Amino acid sequence: MNRREFLKVSAALGAGTAVPAMLGGCATRPLPGSGEVTTTPTVCNMCFWQCAGTLYQEDGRPWKVVGHPDDPHCDGRLCTRGTGGIGAYDDPDRLRQPLLRVADGDGQRFEAVSWDEALDFIARRMTAIGEQHGKDRLALFSHGDGGKHFQRLLQAFGSHAYAHPSFAQCRGPRETAFGLTYGEGVGSPDRTDMANSRCIVLIGSHLGENLHNSQVQTFTRAIDNGATVITVDPRFSVAASKSQHWLAIKPGTDMALLLAWTNVLVNEGLYDRDYVARYCSGFDKLTAHVQPYNPEWAYLETGIEPAVIRATARVMAGNAPATLVHPGRHVTWYGDDTQRSRAIAILNALLGSWGRPGGFYRQEKVKLPAFPAPPLPKPSSDWKQTVQGDFPLVSTGISNRLVEHSIGDDAFIKGWFVYATNLPLTLPGATEQIKAAAESLELMVVVDTMPAEITGYADVVLPECTYLERYDDLRNKAERTPTLALRMPAFEPRQQSKPAWWMAKQLAEKLGLGRYFPWPDYTFVLDWQLKQVGSSLAEMQRLGVKRFARKTRPYFDDGEAIRFNTPSGRIELWSSLLAEVGQDPLPRYTPPERPPPGFYHLNYGRAPAHTFGRTINNPQLFELMPENTVWVHPSAAAVHGLVSSGYVRMENPNGRRSNGVRVRVTERIRPDSIFIVHGFGHSDERQRLARGVGADDAALMHNVKIDPVMGGTGMRASFVRLVDDDAAPQGGLT
Amino acid sequence: MVIDTRTCIGCGDCVVACKNENKVPVGLNRDWVVEATRGEYPNLETEFRSERCNHCSHATCVTSCPTGASHHWKDSNIVLVAAEKCTGCKACIAACPYDARLIMHPDGYVDKCTFCHHRVDQGLDPACVSSCPTHCMHFGNLDDRDSVVSRLLRERRHKVLMPETGNQPHVYYLT
Amino acid sequence: MIEEVLATARYNDKIDPSLGIWTWEIAFYLFLGGMAAGIMLFAAWAVLGGRRDTLPFAHDRFALWAPIALSLGMTTLFLDLEYKIHVFRFYTAFEPTSPMSWGAWVLVLIYPLMVAQILSTLRAGYPLLAGWLERLPGGAWLLDLCEGRRRLIAWLVIPLAVGLGIYTGVLLSAFSARPFWNSGMLGPLFLVSGMSTAAVLPLLAGVAGGEKKFFERTDLGLIAIELTLIALFLISLATGAAQHMQALQLVWGGEYTVPFWLWFVLPGLVIPLLLEIIAVRGNRQAAITAAVLVVAGGFMLRYLMVEIGQVSTWSQYAIQFDPQLLQRLVP
Ligand SMILES: Nc1nc2c(c(=O)[nH]1)N[C@H]1C(S)=C(S)[C@@H](COP(=O)(O)OP(=O)(O)OC[C@H]3O[C@@H](n4cnc5c(=O)[nH]c(N)nc54)[C@H](O)[C@@H]3O)O[C@H]1N2
Ligand SMILES: Nc1nc2c(c(=O)[nH]1)N[C@H]1C(S)=C(S)[C@@H](COP(=O)(O)OP(=O)(O)OC[C@H]3O[C@@H](n4cnc5c(=O)[nH]c(N)nc54)[C@H](O)[C@@H]3O)O[C@H]1N2
Ligand code: SF4
Ligand code: SF4
Ligand code: SF4
Ligand code: SF4
Ligand code: SF4
Ligand SMILES: [Mo]
Repeated sequence: MNRREFLKVSAALGAGTAVPAMLGGCATRPLPGSGEVTTTPTVCNMCFWQCAGTLYQEDGRPWKVVGHPDDPHCDGRLCTRGTGGIGAYDDPDRLRQPLLRVADGDGQRFEAVSWDEALDFIARRMTAIGEQHGKDRLALFSHGDGGKHFQRLLQAFGSHAYAHPSFAQCRGPRETAFGLTYGEGVGSPDRTDMANSRCIVLIGSHLGENLHNSQVQTFTRAIDNGATVITVDPRFSVAASKSQHWLAIKPGTDMALLLAWTNVLVNEGLYDRDYVARYCSGFDKLTAHVQPYNPEWAYLETGIEPAVIRATARVMAGNAPATLVHPGRHVTWYGDDTQRSRAIAILNALLGSWGRPGGFYRQEKVKLPAFPAPPLPKPSSDWKQTVQGDFPLVSTGISNRLVEHSIGDDAFIKGWFVYATNLPLTLPGATEQIKAAAESLELMVVVDTMPAEITGYADVVLPECTYLERYDDLRNKAERTPTLALRMPAFEPRQQSKPAWWMAKQLAEKLGLGRYFPWPDYTFVLDWQLKQVGSSLAEMQRLGVKRFARKTRPYFDDGEAIRFNTPSGRIELWSSLLAEVGQDPLPRYTPPERPPPGFYHLNYGRAPAHTFGRTINNPQLFELMPENTVWVHPSAAAVHGLVSSGYVRMENPNGRRSNGVRVRVTERIRPDSIFIVHGFGHSDERQRLARGVGADDAALMHNVKIDPVMGGTGMRASFVRLVDDDAAPQGGLT
Repeated sequence: MVIDTRTCIGCGDCVVACKNENKVPVGLNRDWVVEATRGEYPNLETEFRSERCNHCSHATCVTSCPTGASHHWKDSNIVLVAAEKCTGCKACIAACPYDARLIMHPDGYVDKCTFCHHRVDQGLDPACVSSCPTHCMHFGNLDDRDSVVSRLLRERRHKVLMPETGNQPHVYYLT
Repeated sequence: MIEEVLATARYNDKIDPSLGIWTWEIAFYLFLGGMAAGIMLFAAWAVLGGRRDTLPFAHDRFALWAPIALSLGMTTLFLDLEYKIHVFRFYTAFEPTSPMSWGAWVLVLIYPLMVAQILSTLRAGYPLLAGWLERLPGGAWLLDLCEGRRRLIAWLVIPLAVGLGIYTGVLLSAFSARPFWNSGMLGPLFLVSGMSTAAVLPLLAGVAGGEKKFFERTDLGLIAIELTLIALFLISLATGAAQHMQALQLVWGGEYTVPFWLWFVLPGLVIPLLLEIIAVRGNRQAAITAAVLVVAGGFMLRYLMVEIGQVSTWSQYAIQFDPQLLQRLVP
């Protein structure tokens, strides 16, 4: 009988409005949209898919955001998070003004300062670092559109080091592996042609929970069209529940399955002979290599019946080339990730799906010239050689490496700009490292919209306005239809927040680098660029989205001669580049580590309501899903005496414990694993909704596996046990 | 309304879209998503259902309303509450076997899913339907044999929730 | 295993995790409504039976208590309305399918009748009041009119009061959506309980002699009937559909077993029954205690019925996320 307390939420909310409304009497209520409605084009920034949409206001108040019908990223429909976008603007806990770390007695605190003070401080520190250590010693961490402006600023200053967590913590292995095999990566949005697929194979990809918009839309369209779905996942994911074949694999053994599938395709002659002969190299070496990896062998590793392995391989071949073995996206799992992604790339090549309908299409983007500006100065040193020279195949920054090279007095990196990435929750098991780096660094600038955990380490925190309050670069992505989309402000920036382009330009001027930002206002850049392609800012403010004609064909023509961007000019089943750098030119299987007794695999993933940790405090999305739960199989729950809605803590082998987290007993998880949704467990008190709620997976990751090819952080080799130490609910009002 | 459980992913977009479109107060919902899992690992079935008022033909909420505030809109199956007639007696809430009424709007009247009749009137789909990223929701006139919803119900196996209530609900789930 | 959980947090005020729309206000109304009906019945019965001498209190004075009880009940009913100024809407419509609408209109009929019933014995029962009334223009005429039609009024009271008593139960039992209420036994049960709570009022008012005995014995009988009706009510649930059986579980091993048996049946029926058996043999202490317990039990019956009925439901999903967290959204 606990429901009495339950009523508080809306009772309390109601109290304020009840009286005036009661007096309002018997008037009929106005229907939504009957007031004065205005619209503004935008590009969603709730995740990185960048769907174009339209923001509606009614009587001057925010009303709703909906997808833009002409946009290929969203086809007129935003996802859950995009629909909740107004919550990002409305969040009462947003950063309001620049903050500067100042000494306060024995400790330190943040002081609200003016933009001038904040930027002066940064300019002074940058100059000091430049004089003392060299101008090449700053690094940029960025995961978002505005990062470009800071990249430009730092390059103008002389520092070229940068990293996006979307590489070494996300799709780096895949881009590397597909690059090695096909000479180009999968890109973003992923060039998968699911709308036309007859068979889709998902290796872990949890489409549905992973809510990248057009991915989900094309996936479900394929289901509507009767495509066969094969899902390989140790958990009964949403995608698995939509599949004809769910292969409940032992965690970490996917490589064995992929090699066994290859074995079947090769030995049963089910591969696309013409395609392989025309485009691929290394087939003979591959054939010999996979001989030991037959389905019977794979059964012992993966737990998947040989008959199932054969049957699914035949289904894949039967639908080829309209069979997509999905490359996945967050693929930094067990350290052998580039190699696993290579095995996926190879399977697709054998099925002939690359460049074919239902497989992978060829992307194209609008050729948008850069605004005329003086060329940036050449770097004075080779930061990549210094920081990540042991990964010669990698052309982009490895965030974990940059962190390592920021620790200690003799570290190469002396200052950080962190734009829209919350490193403590994003880099696995790196809490101590980030702390150590923060102590060593001479400058840390964090640009964020929210008081994210990373801001707690900053010397200066710069509040950015949200995407609904600013212009950004035109969205111009390589995709099926070349398209431009405009993000423009619907609202005045709240409080003192500012857009990134403004901050970068102001700072450049303080540093005497203003000539690299030769525009009074970013709308000049946008308008100039648009005019080069026959549009204008005025037109885009009206249209929001503009499609352009393709110049190339989306698929390979029959028998088309193609030169791939690999050393051999062919699809390299056997990778010459890997051989060159001393790595396995063909993927090999390494059995994963198993949890010690009493421990479980720490499995994690997405929930459709949230994007990582960035939306937990969004009032609209918090309301949909206020906490994460730990999924526990009934057999494990019985061992620990757990029931749904109880609370428990997770503890890794190093004794690190999570917050108390709500239990969900469910059949949808393997008995040897637990699952939580990533992004919860915020510790910063200033996020009043998110603070202290749910558990953070990143902090529990004790066994991060570095990928020997691209340096990424494998996050799935960690284990936790369940401990019931006073994990009482955090309650509503703490 | 026809919802395809084969493609519904339980994302809750319909819920957020409804809250924004209809300015539903914080803490209240006109729609919600249920996840139903049957079986034992690894022989499982999971179904997602976006649920809301079923706009019953035999709507016990309407029959129990003492003031006529709860009514069928324009002789359709769309069940509405006329706020200006509602006393807040809550009989309709108790009368709904689907617990589908949003309950007291803080302004004192009972609120619920309206099938977005303000949009339907303009020839648009309800907000939840038109936001759903999987296109699993369909809206239309069941009396029109040629409508998409009629065709889907002819061609696909489907169910309604708890037909044994006798309320004759009109949100159909394709299975 | 079947796992049905809400994938999106849902915590609609007064619906989740179980219905909680009606609390003491409605219970109090049902209780007092039933009591008022009982009072009217006894008063009418005394008149029709010509028992001015043996049951003086019931015959002349009791009727006045009915509108007091009912009006108190109506007040709490009004308190329950969320949109109070729309209360007039009850009377701009008559909805034949809505028991509440019937109730609203029955009250319109009941009140004049109640007044008539009081007036018909006012001179005998409350001479002072009658005196004041006579001083008003037409007052004497009105009193004469009612006194003259005393029996007719009493005859009219009987069906309407029975209707009112049963109605307090039917109001709930008409909700097919709430399995625990959905039993034909609720109407008779509430009527008998209302009569029982009315029957002890004269005892509390201190009636003596034969009238005391009469009400003690009557109440004894009513309690016995009530116990039977409760048994029948439970049996009707037990023989119902799955939802009804589930609803029965609530008081049969479930969440409400202790409140139902230990707070209601035992102290509200069984103990008074035993006490009244003692009281009939002349124990004044026991009689008063029994009377108090019966009144309390009468309220408890309504309170628990209102509460348990709301908990019983057709659709129930496990809640995945802690709804208390949503408190944080309250500014
Ligand atoms: N709603 C929402 N959607 C998002 C995001 C978000 O934050 N929120 N983020 C976006 C981003 S940036 C990315 S990179 C993608 C990530 O999304 P995906 O690329 O789909 O990520 P995965 O890690 O493949 O998916 C996690 C799944 O892997 C399964 N898994 C765990 N261990 C193993 C294993 O050993 N083998 C196999 N085969 N499966 C395993 C888990 O059970 C889980 O179902 O999602 C994108 N979409
Ligand atoms: N443990 C664990 N770690 C992971 C993953 C995992 O599943 N588990 N997933 C990995 C993957 S796939 C990825 S892609 C990365 C993502 O890693 P991040 O991009 O770091 O993830 P977010 O939590 O989205 O952090 C974004 C930050 O940007 C801020 N922000 C949001 N909007 C804006 C804006 O408009 N302007 C500015 N300046 N800031 C803004 C947010 O407040 C938040 O602090 O994480 C990786 N790390
Ligand atoms: S996928 Fe969703 S959150 Fe991401 S950009 Fe598109 S609508 Fe926004
Ligand atoms: S928006 Fe569509 S897919 Fe998502 S939960 Fe609602 S009905 Fe299902
Ligand atoms: S679902 Fe409930 S509220 Fe909706 S029409 Fe049916 S009975 Fe009424
Ligand atoms: S609460 Fe309003 S709509 Fe519901 S039954 Fe009462 S008057 Fe009718
Ligand atoms: S039809 Fe309209 S009111 Fe009903 S759930 Fe959908 S969006 Fe909400
Ligand atoms: Mo990612």
